[in-house]
Amino acid sequence: MSTLHTVNKSPFERNSLDTCLLLIKNDSTVLLIEDGVAGALQNTTASQSISDAMGEGVKFAVLGEDLNARGLSADRVIDGISVVDYAGFVQLAVDHDNVQNWL
Amino acid sequence: MSVTKKFTYINRKAPYGSVYALESLEVVLIGAAFEQEVQLVFVDDGVYQLTKGQSTDGIGMKNFSKTYAALGDYDVNQIYVCEQSLADRGLTLDDLQALTYEDEDDDWAEKSSMNLVNREQLADLISDADVLLNF
Repeated sequence: MSTLHTVNKSPFERNSLDTCLLLIKNDSTVLLIEDGVAGALQNTTASQSISDAMGEGVKFAVLGEDLNARGLSADRVIDGISVVDYAGFVQLAVDHDNVQNWL
Repeated sequence: MSVTKKFTYINRKAPYGSVYALESLEVVLIGAAFEQEVQLVFVDDGVYQLTKGQSTDGIGMKNFSKTYAALGDYDVNQIYVCEQSLADRGLTLDDLQALTYEDEDDDWAEKSSMNLVNREQLADLISDADVLLNF
């Protein structure tokens, strides 16, 4: 069973991303949305944990609309995280068997 | 006789994910009418409130980031940004709006409102405030 994990909280304010990455299986995808997009940027205190999970095979995506709203440029996103739009969000939900929202 | 107090607003939340940032800005603008000394502190995720180039077309929410540029006209010109909070988030002062004000005591010269502060300076700002408002 593949699972899409959405994280909508900033990794600098809540532990949602930490718990997600502790409990995720390697065939799953993490989609960062809303304040969660802050975790997608390079050179932050959260970058290493995302890179480590990526090394284990976890895939990552971030919602471009939420990056744009916060003035965060897509070209500063960690290499390997794909920037998707709302249609891409829907496609990810369809492509996985289930969705886990780390609120 | 009017008494001037130092109002210090502590902003710790990112914009758009919750309503704190917008509410804080509205309270600051309302409070500015009372001619008190106002200081704005941006720490933790609050630093995201001041990023340049915010565009909310895609999320269907009001982009209030341009309003920060008006603060100088309301004599709100003491803006303090935590340098450690920026560094933890892969940001620098260059990623933030360069907020300014016109100094009436210096022939209306345009001056920067932005001050990068360390933890010790932040502790002093909080310690020296007459009124603390947290968002």
